[in-house]
Amino acid sequence: MSQVPLTHILVLSTALFFIGMYGLFTRRNLITMLMSVELILNSANINFVAFNRYLYPGKLDGIFFSLFIVAIAAAEAAVAIAIIINLYRNFKSIDVEAADEMKF
Amino acid sequence: MSESPVVFYLLSVVILGAALLAVTSRKIFRSAIWLLFALTGIAGLYFWLQMEFVAAVQIVVYVGGIVVLIIFSIFLTQQSGKDLPAPVRGRAVFSVLAVCAGFVLTCLMITRYAFPNGGNSGMDAVASVGNIGAQLLSTSEHGYVLPFEVISVLLLAAMIGCIVIAMKTKPDNP
Amino acid sequence: MYFNLIMPDTAYIVGIVLLPLAGFVLLGLFGRRYFRRASGVIGTVLLLGSTVLALWTAYGYFTTAGKEHGVYQPVYPLKLPWLVFSDRLSIDLSIILDPISVMMIVIVTVVSLMVHIFSLGYMKGEERFGTYYAFLGLFTFSMLGLVLSENIFALFIFWELVGVSSFLLIGYHYDRPSAVTAAKKAFIVTRFADLSFLIGILILGLEANTFDIRGIYDRLPDLFAAPHPAVGLGLVLIFIGGAGKSALFPLHIWLPDAMEGPTPVSALIHAATMVVAGVYLVARLYLLYIWHESVMELILYVGVISAMLAAIIACTQTDIKRVLAYSTMSQIGFMIFSLGAVNYHNLNDDSNALGFSGSMFHLFTHAFFKALLFLCAGVIIHLVHSNEMKDMGGLRKRMPLVHACFLIACLAISGIPPFAGFFSKEEILAATLNANKFVYALALFTSGLTAFYMFRLYFSIFWWKAAEGHVRKGEGGIPFSMKLPLLILAAGSVFAGFVPVSDLVSLAGPLNEHPFGVRAIAPVGIALLGIILAGYLYKKESNRPARARAAFSGLYRLAAHKFYIDELYYFVTKKIIFNGIGRPAAWFDRNIVDGLMNGLAAVTAWVSAKIKGIQSGKVQDYALYFFAGIGGLAVLFIYLYT
Repeated sequence: MSQVPLTHILVLSTALFFIGMYGLFTRRNLITMLMSVELILNSANINFVAFNRYLYPGKLDGIFFSLFIVAIAAAEAAVAIAIIINLYRNFKSIDVEAADEMKF
Repeated sequence: MSESPVVFYLLSVVILGAALLAVTSRKIFRSAIWLLFALTGIAGLYFWLQMEFVAAVQIVVYVGGIVVLIIFSIFLTQQSGKDLPAPVRGRAVFSVLAVCAGFVLTCLMITRYAFPNGGNSGMDAVASVGNIGAQLLSTSEHGYVLPFEVISVLLLAAMIGCIVIAMKTKPDNP
Repeated sequence: MYFNLIMPDTAYIVGIVLLPLAGFVLLGLFGRRYFRRASGVIGTVLLLGSTVLALWTAYGYFTTAGKEHGVYQPVYPLKLPWLVFSDRLSIDLSIILDPISVMMIVIVTVVSLMVHIFSLGYMKGEERFGTYYAFLGLFTFSMLGLVLSENIFALFIFWELVGVSSFLLIGYHYDRPSAVTAAKKAFIVTRFADLSFLIGILILGLEANTFDIRGIYDRLPDLFAAPHPAVGLGLVLIFIGGAGKSALFPLHIWLPDAMEGPTPVSALIHAATMVVAGVYLVARLYLLYIWHESVMELILYVGVISAMLAAIIACTQTDIKRVLAYSTMSQIGFMIFSLGAVNYHNLNDDSNALGFSGSMFHLFTHAFFKALLFLCAGVIIHLVHSNEMKDMGGLRKRMPLVHACFLIACLAISGIPPFAGFFSKEEILAATLNANKFVYALALFTSGLTAFYMFRLYFSIFWWKAAEGHVRKGEGGIPFSMKLPLLILAAGSVFAGFVPVSDLVSLAGPLNEHPFGVRAIAPVGIALLGIILAGYLYKKESNRPARARAAFSGLYRLAAHKFYIDELYYFVTKKIIFNGIGRPAAWFDRNIVDGLMNGLAAVTAWVSAKIKGIQSGKVQDYALYFFAGIGGLAVLFIYLYT
């Protein structure tokens, strides 16, 4: 893997990040927005692991960061689903365009 | 080994392609499955980077947990066969522009920066499951027991929160 | 602030002014709720105190304190600097005691006391009894402040206060639209005149570099020993201000309408005290006026025109109070032209001082008999419940006291000896004879007319024929509080002529001669002629008045419509000022000024409506804005600031 420079992996994770962001801005369904958020979190995860492998090979800190990120992402996804279910009960749809009551 | 870069590029095509399809697919169930493929691809990337434990965790938690959760919630909230509505046109244009601009900006910054080379010494020996576990729970200088405990509290709070939020309130009439 | 008392034991003089003010404050704040029935007594007692102090001051001044070298000098017991503009120009509250101010405080307090006592009975049972007495107290305070004030600007302040009190009292019955209109008219006309008064004060203050009378008198020899054009202009403007308050032609239109107020108010304000404020003003500044011959001519002619005009109109009026109002205007005209009666071709003649003294003497006596006439009218109106002469007639049997008092007052105003008016009118006419023969002829004619219309009024009320059915009860039902002032004022009308006012209140010591001999024959003669003519026409019921009216029909109609002066004023204000200036100004205000403001508001609302879409409530829009902001900041900080 030393033939693949670190920057290539970073470009990959950046692309994944911005794909996730595009999905966050564009998708109208709350669940698909959640999926885009998972993509963003995963890109950050890739970054941590890559830096650990390429810049600090004797240490384990990057691995721990990524483990914690996975745990937090799981908790956050669970809470987000709970919220989506609650919203669905109130608005009878999970179209994010429907939940626009706090406007002018 | 000349197949390492090939594997990497193959993996990155899979990941990016699956991710793109996940965010643009019109059917929600397919979008979930594309997400599953993307996450599996990322696990493969971890394997290629020789971080087996992280890859295993990725598959177990992400693919086996979160994607399943997402699929459950799709079933709970709507018919999964229906097409998703198209995105708002103005917003789509602006977000493409913004995302491309951000991507170009970040790539410029990354490629200009001179990352120091740390060598390849001893990652395989250090990144064993035993070492990870020991350091995770150690109270010495590089131990991560405090974040570990905090994470467990967080998970407890998230559980309770989910139950409270998603609870059906009792109807008022007796 | 410091007190500069020249005579330290004269602090009681301030009490003269402050007692009625205390009455106003007390009754104004609490009279409605707490002192309903006692407010009359409280007001009267306070004013009695003020009257006693005034009489004591007059006694002290005229017997001991003021005399120096045979001429009464002004005394300045109090000086409080208030608004100081420079070391010489300031508005002070200061008191001047000189013959005219002392005479005025006696008149004002005595007549006000009579009106207070009379109102105890006349206004009994009124809902706002306490408020009425509060207003009377305010008026008395303002008038006393006006006459005692040494600083011209302070005088102006009291002048305005008097105008306000007059407005409040004319419009006392505010539920009557005619009363409200009359009050507004009085206030507006006098306010308009006060504008020129103010400009005159400012010019005078500028030229003399002082607002104090004392300062002006001190600088008289060097500054005013010759006619001075700017000072002359200031004096003309001040005279116009006085003419408004004294109802001289052409600013007289408010006085007849002011009769809408209660009759005691008319007696106090529009007969004896406020309307003579203009006369007092000219007298106060007389030592300046003397030097300006043209201004004095103006004063002379305005006075005599007012006197004659009012007398002619009074001959045709049928409302008893209107007749008395025009009579007041006529008598004030007498006082004014008497002040202007100086012979500039023969300045050393002693008769030149007669004009001033005669005017002041007439002011003194006029207060008594005019107040008496108004109060008698009040009693008559109270019993007959109507103001019109046609509802009265033959009343001499039912009200003997009022009959006697009214007759005394009519004889006094006609100038029949030995009643009070004879002495004062003789001096006026003698001064005019000395100054200007043509004006003397007009004044003589007006005296005759005065006797004629007053006795026309007298005979129509008390002789003629008895009107049917209106008078149910006679004089016996009138309370003593209404009879007492009549008696006192009648005594005054008889004996006031014997008070040597013209010797006390004069320019340069006692007069050398009094014109009660040969020169008195013509006026008394013409007055008797007027009385006989009135008796011939009005004593017994006949159609003689109707035939006389038909004979003079054109002139009669003109006079009965008050020479259409009111209509002329309405024309000017409605057609010219309202349409020419008021309407365009209103259009400008509504369309351009308001339009600009509304336009600004509309633009703001339009902009707001356009940009409110930013807060759309959609999370993804917010996320986009957020990201755009972060991207911009990142570019800024990374590329432009490193």
